[in-house]
Amino acid sequence: MSREASAGLPEARPTNPILISIGLISAAVLAYEILLMRLFSIIQWHHFAYMMISVALLGFGASGTFLSLTIRRLLRGFHLVYSINGLCFALSMVAGVLLAKEVPFNPLEILWDYGQWTRLLEIYLLLCLPFFFAANCIGLALSHFTDYIHRVYASDLLGAGGGALGIILLLYVLSPINGLKCLAVLAVAASAVSWLRLRGRPQWLVGMLAVIAVLLPFVLPGQWMAVMPNDYKGLSQALQVIGTHVIEQRSSPLGLITLVESPVIPFRHVPGLSLNTKTEPPPQLGIFTDGDALSVITQFNGDRSRLAYLDYVPSALPYHLIHEPRVLILGAGGGADVLQALYHGARQIDAVELNPDVIDLVQQDYATFAGGIYNHGPIRIHTAEARGYVAKTNYQFDLIQVALLDAFNASAAGLYALNESYLYTVEAIQAYLQLLNSEGMLAITRWVKLPPRDGAKLFATVVTALRQMGVDHPENQIMWIRGWQTSTLLVKNGLFSAKDIGIMRSFCDTRWFDVAYYPGMHVEEANQHNILDRNYFFEAASNLLSTARNKFIHAYKFDIAPATDDKPYFFKFFKWASLPELVALRGRGGLSMLELGYLVLVATLVQALLAGLVLILLPLIVVKRSGMISDGGWQQSGRVSLYFFAVGLAFLFIEIAFIQRFILFLSHPLYAISVVLTGFLIFAGLGSMFAGKHTLDSSIAGVLWPIGGIGLVALIYLIALPNLFVLFMPLPDVAKIAIALLLIAPLAFCMGMPFPMGLSRIAIVAPTMIPWAWGINGCASVISAVLATVLAIQYGFTMVIVLALCLYGMAAISYPCALARRGQPA
Amino acid sequence: MHERLLRVNMTRVRFCKNCPMRRRTTQAHSKFGLRAVMLRPALMIARAILTLTLTLSTICAADDDAEARKTMVMEIRAGVGATSSEIGKETLNKQVMHAMATVPRHEFVPSHLREYAYLNRPLPIGYGQTISQPYIVALMTDIVDVNSDDVVLEIGTGSGYQAAVLAELVKHVYTIEIIKDLGAQASDRLKRLGYNKVTTRIGDGYYGWEQYAPFDAIVVTAAAGQIPPPLIEQLKLGGKMVIPVGTGFATQYLVLVKKDPDGKVSTKELLPVRFVPLTGGH
Repeated sequence: MSREASAGLPEARPTNPILISIGLISAAVLAYEILLMRLFSIIQWHHFAYMMISVALLGFGASGTFLSLTIRRLLRGFHLVYSINGLCFALSMVAGVLLAKEVPFNPLEILWDYGQWTRLLEIYLLLCLPFFFAANCIGLALSHFTDYIHRVYASDLLGAGGGALGIILLLYVLSPINGLKCLAVLAVAASAVSWLRLRGRPQWLVGMLAVIAVLLPFVLPGQWMAVMPNDYKGLSQALQVIGTHVIEQRSSPLGLITLVESPVIPFRHVPGLSLNTKTEPPPQLGIFTDGDALSVITQFNGDRSRLAYLDYVPSALPYHLIHEPRVLILGAGGGADVLQALYHGARQIDAVELNPDVIDLVQQDYATFAGGIYNHGPIRIHTAEARGYVAKTNYQFDLIQVALLDAFNASAAGLYALNESYLYTVEAIQAYLQLLNSEGMLAITRWVKLPPRDGAKLFATVVTALRQMGVDHPENQIMWIRGWQTSTLLVKNGLFSAKDIGIMRSFCDTRWFDVAYYPGMHVEEANQHNILDRNYFFEAASNLLSTARNKFIHAYKFDIAPATDDKPYFFKFFKWASLPELVALRGRGGLSMLELGYLVLVATLVQALLAGLVLILLPLIVVKRSGMISDGGWQQSGRVSLYFFAVGLAFLFIEIAFIQRFILFLSHPLYAISVVLTGFLIFAGLGSMFAGKHTLDSSIAGVLWPIGGIGLVALIYLIALPNLFVLFMPLPDVAKIAIALLLIAPLAFCMGMPFPMGLSRIAIVAPTMIPWAWGINGCASVISAVLATVLAIQYGFTMVIVLALCLYGMAAISYPCALARRGQPA
Repeated sequence: MHERLLRVNMTRVRFCKNCPMRRRTTQAHSKFGLRAVMLRPALMIARAILTLTLTLSTICAADDDAEARKTMVMEIRAGVGATSSEIGKETLNKQVMHAMATVPRHEFVPSHLREYAYLNRPLPIGYGQTISQPYIVALMTDIVDVNSDDVVLEIGTGSGYQAAVLAELVKHVYTIEIIKDLGAQASDRLKRLGYNKVTTRIGDGYYGWEQYAPFDAIVVTAAAGQIPPPLIEQLKLGGKMVIPVGTGFATQYLVLVKKDPDGKVSTKELLPVRFVPLTGGH
């Protein structure tokens, strides 16, 4: 083995404290990444979560480039360089967030003001610094302990796994900003441990690091650390109103809940309220999740007449068609839909809400204000994810209401385009319909957008669901009405009668709502009260029910193809073909129809591709031109880069795709992310250790075993997982988590091997290539995280997994064993 | 408009007569006698040059603004032409276009954004609010179809720009803002610019402004995206109300509420852009 990289170093075997230090750095860096996603969901919107993944891995890529150009010099002072990087990681974590949140970036303005892109770049650079320093630590360790790459990589993965789980638990007890302080302390501790163990001089540095670690959380002024949502988010705008103030705030990994009182100018939040109503809602408290998505707790003193306004919204229609129904409300929020059901005399109400903090506010702290609606009477409240509850419950219902919980402005601006939603997929509709009694109804309310997007896509999804369930004439089971602001789609488990239609007409007439579709409707009945320049809704409904359905979906300028569990992007309406037209119409309102979320994702991908290209090619160009490194391996750089690039892409493709698959099974996005991420990282770490202990020879057969294993297990899962999920779905959560981990174990175990095996191979022939390979892997991951989402939106998660397997195949072909043969001295 | 800017300019010139520089000059005269007398013409010339420069620069700036406004109006006109089938007309009302060409939009945007004031785009004005895109302001003003005898209510004063545009066309504008500082700033601004036909108030717009009701037209620009039903009662028979729906940076569509002479209410939802989604590539 070449000892160029570690020549003259006192030790080449990583002791346990060093491995712990590496693990701590990895834990902190992964936790930081998740924390950034949380912080930027509060400050901006959800789609920045993807950008944070990209930012993180950009730092890793940059580190690889930096190390490959400077590794010799840095390894001479390994102890000091490692510890300083650890310290810089800690400090830049805090400083990066503090500075980045002060950058006046406004994504809503991004298509008007190109200066916003510069601000975005500033945020990018500020936030990728900690990742750069952390990756330096790990890259240095990999280059220093060349004989023990598997152990270093295993520590890295095990630490990352612990970090993923730890931060989610931490966010239950600490706010994101206090969580950040904890991570900084962790990173300083990692730095101190390494300095102490590596017997670095001067020793007093350890004391200084310890002091920094202890003091860091206390020396930062509270004002600096305050996290304020974007000025254009609902909470910021509400707080500008006279007399409005925050009365309570609760933080959990599910979101930051802010309860707001507005005594001077009441909220009066009733989406879709008819203009022909004389009643005003009672006082309300506003609940904002992550500074947006307003829902309200309405004051209720038992006097139902105060709730009369709830009969003047489109979602009240089903209560006129079914008397005293047994109701299931999916997305109870602050209780508006529950009150509506109460007002209409529902005999039993089951309300499902994911966030326990929201339930707690209504059930405990503000129970008196809310009239104790979640505590007694015909109401049962369930803390669960909607699809999970639907899969488990044994009850049958007369009415299922899917509440409107997303904020109009964010929805209209396309900021939810990247949110996976399993509420509005073909499979979801089928699951709801199966819970309905005979003659029962499903009611889904969405915002009205012009030209129709949500409504049309929902209609297409419902028609597909019904057809797949064997319904020959779905047109007889659907009714669709719209007000000026919201529309409600009704699907009946049976046929709508003439009486139903008469009641619906009367309901609409008295409230100035329009009929968008009902069985046997004539075109002249549409567009009576809220007049559009075309019968958009009726035309969409008629076409989607006709034989020309696919042609219509294809020709429609927005993506209204039904969402499925494999492509759960209900809120993605963007079509590339419409882009030139919409951009040309910029000055005349065309931008209102562009989806920012999707465009930001694509911009992130382009940015990541460019950055990845530069970071991978730069060291290669410098090395080749300067001739400063004489390793024969550099001549085979194409093969090496292909191998590590393919492995980097494939690992994240599989990880992201399986997180999505497990969200449905574990019925909770947080369980899914923490279990899958932790499971993948820890089992991959164990796989890496196993590969180290049973070092396989340099032949391609060595790497074929794990890659073959990945292919086999993934293919089995592609076929068998849906059935396994259905089988195990009714089990308790703990059992499901255990099953999920068991399922992840063999796949992740194999996935942990190809990277350290490749790295060990090049450590033999060209150790100076290690940081470069590490950087390539980082760059591939940058691209992978974003590319996986782009591909999933376009082709579904199954395709992402298939592509990952192809990439592993490509890696097997380009495995650097050939390089070893050529590179070895004759 | 030119007159208004020139009035501001004259104020500046008059102010120069009382400026500290003048007082110091007088003191110097008494102290240094002849020398000061000799200096006086030079000072007078310097002052004249300064005054002239200030005047010229203000006139030039005013000319630049007027030119920018003209360009903005041309852009609005082009936009309207291209959207004629959606909004139901080839051109907007001449008076509306004149109002757009008259109101100094640069006075309604934050000073650091003045250079963008006449671009056909929305701009942030602080407090999480925006000044709407000129094209949308023109369209909304045209849609409510007002004349010089009308009394208009605006819910959501914002910067005061929409109120100023309306004030160029109607008898009086009453405007309500829920954000205290924003309302106060808009009130000062409108007074400073001589918009005496606009009366501002800070408070809840939900119940309109009963004291001055009924109104010939109501413009709701509040961010909440709700139409307060009580406002319909304050709309005259035959009156119109318009509400933009969407974010401050992207108006999704406009809702026009019409109260017929017989009291029947209907709404019309207008897309401010020619984009037909149902006909594929056409």
